[in-house]
Amino acid sequence: MVDAGRVQAIEVTINGEKYERTVESRQLLVHFLRDTLGMKGTHIGCDTGSCGACTVIVDGRLTKSCMMLAPQADGAQIETIEGVSADGELSPVQAAFRQEHGLQCGYCTPGMVMAATYLLRRNPHPSEQEIRRAIRGNICRCTGYVNIVKSIAAAAGGAEAREAE
Amino acid sequence: MSRAEMTTAPAAPAVETGRYVGQNVPRVEDRRLLKGQGEFADDVWMHRQGYAHFVRSPHGHARIRSIDVRRALELDGVYAVLTGEEAREMCAVPFFQIAPEPAGRIEEYPLAVDKVRYHGDAVAVVLAETREIARDAAGLVEVEYEPLPAVVDPVAAADPEAPVLHEQVGTNVAWHGVYDWGDIDWALENADHVVEIDRLHFHRFSSTPLECNAAVVNWDPGTDTVTVSSNNQMPMFASMVIGPTLGVPSNRLLFSCQDIGGAFGIKIGSYPQIAALALLSKKAGRPAKWTEYRTDHMLSAGQGNERVFLDTKVAVMKDGTILGFKTRAFDDAGAYLHYEPLGAVIWSQVSPGCYRLKHIQVDYTETMTNKCPTVPNRGYSRLQHLWLVERIIDIVAHELGFDPVALRKQNYVQPEDYPYETPNGCVYDSGDLPRSLDIALEMINAETWRQRQRELGRGSGRRIGIGIGSTLDSGTNNFGQARIINPQLPFSGNGEAAYVKLDLYGEVNVNLGTTPQGQSHETTAAQVVADILGVSHDQVHVTAGFNQRNNTYVAFSGTYASQFAVTGLSAAQGAAQKLRREIVELAAFALQAEPEEIELEDGTCYVRGDRERAIPFIGVANLVYSNNAALPEEMRERYSLNCRHVYVPPFQVPDPEQKRGNLTLTYASQIHACVVEIDEETGEVKILEYAAVDDCGKRINPKIVEGQVHGATALGLGAALYEAFEYDQDGQLQQASFYDYHAITALDTPDIKAADIESPSPFTPNGAKGMGEGGGAPLHAICSAIQDALGEQDAIVSDSHNPWERVWRLLRSGERGEPRGVRVLTRSDGGSGERS
Repeated sequence: MVDAGRVQAIEVTINGEKYERTVESRQLLVHFLRDTLGMKGTHIGCDTGSCGACTVIVDGRLTKSCMMLAPQADGAQIETIEGVSADGELSPVQAAFRQEHGLQCGYCTPGMVMAATYLLRRNPHPSEQEIRRAIRGNICRCTGYVNIVKSIAAAAGGAEAREAE
Repeated sequence: MSRAEMTTAPAAPAVETGRYVGQNVPRVEDRRLLKGQGEFADDVWMHRQGYAHFVRSPHGHARIRSIDVRRALELDGVYAVLTGEEAREMCAVPFFQIAPEPAGRIEEYPLAVDKVRYHGDAVAVVLAETREIARDAAGLVEVEYEPLPAVVDPVAAADPEAPVLHEQVGTNVAWHGVYDWGDIDWALENADHVVEIDRLHFHRFSSTPLECNAAVVNWDPGTDTVTVSSNNQMPMFASMVIGPTLGVPSNRLLFSCQDIGGAFGIKIGSYPQIAALALLSKKAGRPAKWTEYRTDHMLSAGQGNERVFLDTKVAVMKDGTILGFKTRAFDDAGAYLHYEPLGAVIWSQVSPGCYRLKHIQVDYTETMTNKCPTVPNRGYSRLQHLWLVERIIDIVAHELGFDPVALRKQNYVQPEDYPYETPNGCVYDSGDLPRSLDIALEMINAETWRQRQRELGRGSGRRIGIGIGSTLDSGTNNFGQARIINPQLPFSGNGEAAYVKLDLYGEVNVNLGTTPQGQSHETTAAQVVADILGVSHDQVHVTAGFNQRNNTYVAFSGTYASQFAVTGLSAAQGAAQKLRREIVELAAFALQAEPEEIELEDGTCYVRGDRERAIPFIGVANLVYSNNAALPEEMRERYSLNCRHVYVPPFQVPDPEQKRGNLTLTYASQIHACVVEIDEETGEVKILEYAAVDDCGKRINPKIVEGQVHGATALGLGAALYEAFEYDQDGQLQQASFYDYHAITALDTPDIKAADIESPSPFTPNGAKGMGEGGGAPLHAICSAIQDALGEQDAIVSDSHNPWERVWRLLRSGERGEPRGVRVLTRSDGGSGERS
């Protein structure tokens, strides 16, 4: 018989805000974000860690939230797409995606934006190959990655321009 | 413009590049999508909803002995379980079949009854409090199966001795017919050369949208209305199929969606699950929410058509003129006919490909196998055929020593030939294929690479190959082609609806009948309407998504088959023009001027030459909505400022006997060229250069067109090199997740260069041609490049899927002395000589 009833209390900080919830022990982090907290910006594409639609940043590390149980995130600091443009304005990465037509259906986009944001934090001046490597775990079926790579390069270029100011 | 004028005399496009049309206007959709504020199907919740999970067959073919749901029902949190037999009892009739007799006798219900026919076939569905409990409960449904022999090969399935999937049909042949245009026997007899190709195989794959199928379905007992919030991309087709089965009239079966995370045709096929969810909701008295897991999607959402071409014979003249070909095609529809057998005619939209072939005979058989049902997949049914034609061109070049570039240019439909009527009556509207090819070759530096290829020579361990893929992206279907499959079907033509209104304070609002999945309909419709009404594009609000309650749809509504730029935008154009007339006449009344004197600019109506005499849109709206006593009596009911328009393309009903007619309105072209490097030791194919030249007529938003060219190219490259659905002899799917099904990644994708030429369509109101599917050009181009890299070697590329191992074998084919599968018969004065 399946033991579906095991629950536990967790506390996580998401985009700077603290959440305390009781969850099923086996609940995936992505389902915790979407179903329990209603943060539907993080998407699900594959359930096997292959597609990257559910990418978030957990304690500073790029993480596929379908590969982590919610209880494993107990005590963690999590950044999701909802926090990227918290003040309502598009972040430089998001603005670059818009300018370079780096999205079509928009389903992979939150994960792509998180992966790109993470990359540019660690490597503000990535080469094309470094950009491609950074998003190799994020599948996009619409763009052929051409304009996504361009968007991330543009965001990096924009950062450079801002630094020069 | 009357229809008669359009069919006989090409008219000049009515819409020129305007302030917004033709510009790279930034997308309206982006703001919400970038912030994670889109509303996708799984984002929709309903109060009291339960989560649904399907119980799927582990067998390719088996009889269902029994289903025991007791243990599942005992689990806490389980609301209901619905089995196939129960579903059948709740249904008025089985799903409507497009196929004629005998395949028309197929009895398909929302869940499998008595038998399962493919690995993943749904036998029951569970509704529970959480998705985890639903999945647990599905695992507790005990199904006893009696395995049956499976048939997975589309040719073997046609054998009368093969295991039969649908007993009431008595055969696995879903459709058979011979398409015969021109006189192929004469051509083969009089050709200087006949090239015979034993077998070509186009493989199974899917564009696997990143968002899986999902829906929330509620059978509301109070109003006896079923609401379907889903990501189905052709909701009115779904409605027409499942409505009669559920016994729900179409005015009480209401589809809606907002954002769709990619579809590519695959999401036409979710209607059986939606029907099952409706029954489950009825049974449980709760909304049923369902989202596929990726493995559900791989197993059962639908896959692209596999096709085998046997005994192809090509008639070629000494000078390189190709007269035509004959072939026997076996298409694999999988276990049930979902939208099929329409694929058995849709390929004939492009029967000669890009070429002036006059004599074509295709003996076409569509069979059912113990595999996932096929559904339309980007380039649906045309890409298989276009691949055949492109293989024919390259194999003819290889066997007879022609230059593949020159051979193509010589046989292409020429710019001066348009409008060009193909042997089966399709009218190619416009284009310039030789120029497109020249541009593509220049973009990949073909001459430099040809030089490099010669220098490299044998012994370097590497091979260079240059490949070309010529395709047509036929768009705006004439649904009358369905009658070629089944003359009894009451379908023809096509159309789309749009609704443009001026709202209470003068705001412009547009509703569309389409279900965009990234094609930017909000943006492009706003561009078109803005130009007509004299406002800026951001003053036009296009309602996101589709909702039947908006009453903006026709039976053909949806987003599929490369048609929005023609059908959707022409509908928006027509509705905006009607609204403009109303605004102008009301303004003329208010300003005491003649309608001809009224100009619209920036949301205000002016009298020409007198900027002081003006009334803003809010004033016009006020007259109709809240101040109508100020209008003369005879004007009051004449104006609503709510304008609906249905665009209807100028089609005739095709001739089912001759299998002739114009099957689509537009024929966009894409010419691709590439350079590959093959590692002789491993067979790895590396793409060094890639270019695509698109010609979709007038482009409403060039950047959006280019984006779709990129995307179609990447999907095609993925299919050519990495992506395949394969079944073993027992009907077990070998690639049921993204671990095994390698969807192309950023590292696998080359930098795709895109260029365009614009040959406006003379047949569409805006000069645009539908585009986006891309005709599978990368599959053709990669095969062509591998063929080129093989050089003088005997092997021919006969499969559309070329992973390392297959290429490695091709490089070594001569060593094993296997039959080549290709022959040339050359006519001498006395008769035919053979080179084998």
